Amino acid sequence: MPAQSIWTLLSWGPEGWLDDIAYGALITVALALATLPIGLAIGFFIALAKQSEEPSLRLAANIYTTVFRGLPELVTLFLFFFGMPILLQHLVRYFRPDATIDVNSFVAGMIVLALIFSSYASEVFLSAFRAIPKGQYEGGYAIGLSNWLTMRKVIVPQLLRIAFPGLENCWLSLLKDTSLVSVVGLAETLRNASIAARVTKHAFLFFGVASLVFLGLAVMSSFATSAILRSLGRREAQR
Amino acid sequence: MSATATMVERPPPRARGWPRRRIVGYALVCLWILFGLGIVSYLYFAWNAEFFAKYAPAYLRGLGVTLSLVSISMVLGAMLSVPVAYGRMSSNRILSGLAYCYVYFFRGTPLLVQTYLVYYGLGSFRIELQSVGLWDFFKDAFNCGVFAFALNTAAYQAEILRGAIESVPRGQWEGAASLGLHKLQTLRKIILPQALIVALRPYGNELILMVKASAIVAIITVYDLMGNAKLAFANSFDIQAYIWVALVYLVMVEILRHGIEWIERRITIHLKR
Repeated sequence: MPAQSIWTLLSWGPEGWLDDIAYGALITVALALATLPIGLAIGFFIALAKQSEEPSLRLAANIYTTVFRGLPELVTLFLFFFGMPILLQHLVRYFRPDATIDVNSFVAGMIVLALIFSSYASEVFLSAFRAIPKGQYEGGYAIGLSNWLTMRKVIVPQLLRIAFPGLENCWLSLLKDTSLVSVVGLAETLRNASIAARVTKHAFLFFGVASLVFLGLAVMSSFATSAILRSLGRREAQR
Repeated sequence: MSATATMVERPPPRARGWPRRRIVGYALVCLWILFGLGIVSYLYFAWNAEFFAKYAPAYLRGLGVTLSLVSISMVLGAMLSVPVAYGRMSSNRILSGLAYCYVYFFRGTPLLVQTYLVYYGLGSFRIELQSVGLWDFFKDAFNCGVFAFALNTAAYQAEILRGAIESVPRGQWEGAASLGLHKLQTLRKIILPQALIVALRPYGNELILMVKASAIVAIITVYDLMGNAKLAFANSFDIQAYIWVALVYLVMVEILRHGIEWIERRITIHLKR
């Protein structure tokens, strides 16, 4: 086989690998975007539990963050990916003895990343909660808003603005952590790049392209977040 | 005055009975207890003396590899971070631009990609590396791991160092200059002692992140703690391989976290009022 030039390797179509890597980038973004709302929701509730007066709620939330911030991401992923089918199989065997269960790598990645993201995001939410003065709650109650309405109309809008920079950091590390899911076989950027590297023997080229993809995603998200931050600031100014 | 003070300082009355949040809290704690008991009983019933005798020494060796990988790359990264932080703070456009690009690249891309780039990617330059005599170094997966980790942590540590030095007020520099200390003396005797107190917590977090991230060298065939767990799982298909390794990592991280908190309490005693 004649040595292919770099440009054919990086072209779109059957000869080149660019389409595979672009598809992988799409999966990377999809995984991160699918994880984000789940992680934000769990993280928010964990932060609520951590600042509650009820000691048992605080304890439960603290165990959660200690475990998922203490375990390496890769170990959590492997435990989940290999352990969950075994556990589910034991449970399912009571009903249908012949069932076999496989965990989809996208779903496994999504759950594990959501666990990790939420435990970091909960710390961000918690410090944002602490930055909101008590008078805001009291003002909400004083004009007759219920607990839930005070939270939704008074606290959360301020909370999001305070928590935003911290959440941006969490998002960037989530984006980077998606690369770990390639290890359990999800065809995202890094996995497609390493397949290309193995087939063509141009490892430096393809891993370089993969790192550029991640850099590009980071740059794009920093543009997006600064736009969001600007619009939040504008809404603040209108008040 | 004193009446309002006592009113404000009185803690809120403890909720009596079983409000909803208490029920939820007890339920969640019970769930965690059940989960913990489940793991302990699983490890008890799945206890396999043969497995333990075969893999426990390997895990210990792996722990040694992990610790040496983390400590070597932390130290190398700390050394490399000094010029990078200097570049970031320099007023020279080219120098600060270069340092900015370095930091942006290593913080913006996943460590796994960087590790692949070093381990598999540098293989593309085998002939060139051989001619310089560096191939023997990059042939070894452990060395590649150390190289990638040191470059990565240098970027993070440079930012920590820069942030800490810039957190010291300018007046400290000016005060030292008016006493006739030159720049290096000022840095060593005035700035760094104050900056390092600020930097301790981020450095500790970086160390913990490195310990956790070191698990990924298992993917480039280094037999660290995680690598040995992978091997044990591949040979036995026994999930306790990963449960044991998770416990070891958890204990390691908790020890580091509490140790750093203890050091921080010790060195900030003079700041407490």
